[in-house]
Amino acid sequence: MSDVKSSEKPGAVMAGVTQVVDWIDARMPLVETYEYHMSRYWAPKNFNLWYIFGVLSMVVLVNQLLTGIWLTMSYVPAGDKAFASVEYIMRDVEFGWLLRYLHSSGASAFFIVVYLHMFRGMMYGSYRKPRELIWLFGMAIFLVLMAEGFMGYLLPWGNMSYWGAQVIVSLVGAIPVVGADMMEWVRGDFLMSEITLNRFFALHVVALPIMLIMLVFLHIVALHHVGSNNPDGIDVKKHKDENGKPLDTIAFHPYYTIGHDLPAIVLFLIVFCSVVFFAPEMGGYFLEPPNFEQANPLKTPDHIAPVWYYTPFYAMLRAATYPLFGMDAKFWGFVVMVGAIALPVVLPWLDRSPVKSMRYKGAISKGMLAMFIVSFFLLGWLGTQAASPFYTLLAQVGTAGYFAYFVLMPWYTRVEKTKPVPERVPA
Amino acid sequence: MSNGEVNLARRRFLIGATSVVGGAGVVGAAVPFLASWQPSAKAKALGAPVRADVSKLRPGEILGPLPEWRGKPIFVVKRTDAMLDQLEALEPMLADPGSARPSQQPSYAANRWRAREERKDLSVLIGICTHLGCSPKYYPEVGPQAFDGNWKGGFFCPCHGSKFDLSGRVYAGVPAPSNLEVPPYTFESDAIILIGEDEESA
Repeated sequence: MSDVKSSEKPGAVMAGVTQVVDWIDARMPLVETYEYHMSRYWAPKNFNLWYIFGVLSMVVLVNQLLTGIWLTMSYVPAGDKAFASVEYIMRDVEFGWLLRYLHSSGASAFFIVVYLHMFRGMMYGSYRKPRELIWLFGMAIFLVLMAEGFMGYLLPWGNMSYWGAQVIVSLVGAIPVVGADMMEWVRGDFLMSEITLNRFFALHVVALPIMLIMLVFLHIVALHHVGSNNPDGIDVKKHKDENGKPLDTIAFHPYYTIGHDLPAIVLFLIVFCSVVFFAPEMGGYFLEPPNFEQANPLKTPDHIAPVWYYTPFYAMLRAATYPLFGMDAKFWGFVVMVGAIALPVVLPWLDRSPVKSMRYKGAISKGMLAMFIVSFFLLGWLGTQAASPFYTLLAQVGTAGYFAYFVLMPWYTRVEKTKPVPERVPA
Repeated sequence: MSNGEVNLARRRFLIGATSVVGGAGVVGAAVPFLASWQPSAKAKALGAPVRADVSKLRPGEILGPLPEWRGKPIFVVKRTDAMLDQLEALEPMLADPGSARPSQQPSYAANRWRAREERKDLSVLIGICTHLGCSPKYYPEVGPQAFDGNWKGGFFCPCHGSKFDLSGRVYAGVPAPSNLEVPPYTFESDAIILIGEDEESA
């Protein structure tokens, strides 16, 4: 057409691009969406290092999706072939070892960045009004992620895969009356078997990833609707310039994307790749030794420990050792574990402090948060150890610490003296 | 109609009726999806009774390799008279010495030996811990063990430390809430046990 000739003129490439963009823009809100989420998304100017873990979890998610899709090309979810197919990926598939280690280390990396991301939210009160829904979507992501990791861990069909899944599925049996039948329903068999493997595979590679992506989308839609919190917990939307841009903010792109996230991603990838290349088993914490032996329904490994990211909750499960109100200890262990996972969900409504950020909260809040972190790490370590009477006692103390942080929060956030929050972000 | 007035009562009724019918449809449509998770015909067929030959089992020993029934390990132990004799003395330390929970054994095994009266020396147990499904290990020797300085012989679960006596009865104060399960079983002959079927289930 007539434009072909003019495309040789300087600036014509840009003109062509503009034309394409205009064409799309007339049919869907391309530029508007880009501006809303990137170039005119006003992010508080006082973000610190804690604000990289959201974008890092996106990086890990992409890694998991990509390597996961490639792994399904060589993996066979059959009882007599699954273990061998993982060995086939490790030995015979070109770069199969790399795809698998990226995926298995990616699972641990996912939990590391997500736990840090959640801790950031707890520290700076990112869950407070009007960001409760972001927190709820985030907790839903966390739950799906736990299910995803649990079902994924069964797929290599190693002996730890098998017995770990057996223990966790048996938890369902702790539900009164219907527990035993539900256990059979979840497994589709009288014991963990290929049938269970098949359905866990379907959930792990199709159903849960779809849920995960949808929830991440909603998490970000909700975030961009209300805007990001910041380390001071100051409402930056209160003070705007004449164009309606909040004064204490900068554009997400390019300032945070290039200046903040990109270096963080590079740094993260250096650390991540070091693990993938030099310590993919991480001393038995990322990949456990008994899992190098095929699943054997007749032989329980001597010491069953879940992968590290579940160990705090596993330690709390084991901490319940007394029957109460006519229900046995196993049932209470289940209740404690479910409670430990569910309590953070209602965090936005437990915090009654007049301020958001830990920077302006009182000494009790700071002490409780510190105690929570100590309890969490203590429980995480105990969950990897074989049970002994002393460790059980420690786990009970840790469980009390973990629950106290949440249960007492409505009280201590109200009575403590807080510092005044500045109107504007301090320079 | 033509004057543009909205009949709110009728609208509410229609919304309600549509929701109820639609909800029933959703419930109905969910049935095949949920039911498909039940054990399939193949899984049930594989759960058929199995036979175990106990003619070569010597007193004090556990039948090995472990028979499997429904994919679960089965412990068949031929107990010595000395083992049987001390079952009574253990009872103060047990959580359910009289086998009061009917779900854990057929009625003919609700006794101290948790076995059929005519062959009380032979114990048949499902080797799955009633806590979280690990498989306990057989420690027949009487004497101090790492997990119990005063061990009288029985089963110990390495996962969470549950202890059971030689009848599969659970000790008090361990994570496991109930005795090891006794599967239904019958004697086809003196040598052959049929595990998974008895006069109650057949």
